[in-house]
Amino acid sequence: MFPVTFDYLEARNLDEAIALLEQHGGDAKILAGGQSLIPLMRFRIAGPTILIDINRIDSLEYIQETDGTLHIGALTREAELDNSALIRNRYPILLDTSSMVADPIVRNWATVGGNIAHADPANDHPATMLALGARIVARGPAGERVLSIDEFFTDAPFETALAPNEVLTEIRIPAPVERSGGAYFKLERKVGDYAIAGAAAYIVLDAGGNVSYAGIGLTNLAQVPIKARNAEQSLLGKPLDDAAIHAAADLAAAATQPTSDTRGPADYKRAMARTLTVRALRKALARATGGE
Amino acid sequence: MSTHHISVTINGTPYEGDVEARILLVHWICDTLRLTGTHIGCDTTSCGACTILVDGKATKSCTMFAVQANGRQIMTVEGLEQGDKLHPLQEGFHEEHALQCGYCTPGMMMTSLALLRRNPNPTEHEIRVGISGNLCRCTGYVNIVKAVQYAAEKMQAAEQVPVGAEGGE
Repeated sequence: MFPVTFDYLEARNLDEAIALLEQHGGDAKILAGGQSLIPLMRFRIAGPTILIDINRIDSLEYIQETDGTLHIGALTREAELDNSALIRNRYPILLDTSSMVADPIVRNWATVGGNIAHADPANDHPATMLALGARIVARGPAGERVLSIDEFFTDAPFETALAPNEVLTEIRIPAPVERSGGAYFKLERKVGDYAIAGAAAYIVLDAGGNVSYAGIGLTNLAQVPIKARNAEQSLLGKPLDDAAIHAAADLAAAATQPTSDTRGPADYKRAMARTLTVRALRKALARATGGE
Repeated sequence: MSTHHISVTINGTPYEGDVEARILLVHWICDTLRLTGTHIGCDTTSCGACTILVDGKATKSCTMFAVQANGRQIMTVEGLEQGDKLHPLQEGFHEEHALQCGYCTPGMMMTSLALLRRNPNPTEHEIRVGISGNLCRCTGYVNIVKAVQYAAEKMQAAEQVPVGAEGGE
């Protein structure tokens, strides 16, 4: 199948990409890895009249930890997360996530920034970034601004707080502190499929073993990525024992609004949200306490 | 609708031409250049039959526009054979009976080549994960895994031959 006709423009650097967006506004789409956009264009679900290709802006591909923050360039390929020793050793929740995105061939081009900016509730990074409390750097003609991940996503699917002339340039994640840990679990029918359900959890314990931070994000269980606020709140100030884990998982499941489709009936998905939240919290706890 | 003049090196041979922006790389390779070894399978970025190497990276060529390949180095299944000599992967697929209908085979071999270049001695699990983006509906994968193992051994053995000791060629 062929996409409808469009004009292709290649941006050689970020300023050029922003200038092109400024010039063409709502008619234009950024082409990053293209592993979601090109299939949508082939099916003619998406039909942008102008594509601005940013694939050769190498300065947007990096993974580095500085000053207590992990900086991921928006054009970083999923495969680079898969193969990064820093990610494997310090951010296993990100490896859990990247290694479940589509399949290994798709991950050679698919980008972390694209996975987030596409704002597909079925994508895997949004839940993980919501759990981690990530921040998103957006650059436009007026300069740079930093948004929290929960203000980045809106109430509408495939929509973000990015202005038509802004580019997502970087994802910032707090570096792990003492007694912190996270995990992402995804249930899928087969490699390459979207999640039937997915759950990300990130926790920090205080010196007394009580939860001082809890983040829980859910994949493909509503029209938009879910931040399970009630579940997060329920964990604060208490030890992360089995009763607390199950109570939080019930609250997470209650926050879902799944629809019945070929991946299963809504009740099943809600039950899986509960189960996966339990697993993610248990694994996060194991990682936070040096159990893994 | 924009049209672009592109130059791409495929299997060491330079090609150039004018492409409409919306032409997918796989269509340019198969239909325009008539390098028909690369297969169009699902058209949904699922099956991996169209996998080629772009600058060394395994790539689903149905999920990249031809214009994006401008200036890049591509390898397709036609680039595996050297002279009359089959590549160890081709030999492995033959020896281990790793294909029945053969439709997935070009993509399987190109993905496996990228895997073996990165990881010359993969475990069975690593092979299975490595080819998990390529679908085969005939074999059940068992013999494909054996073929990749065959190629891995053969390629490693070839690496260990001292330079100049091979003779011939």
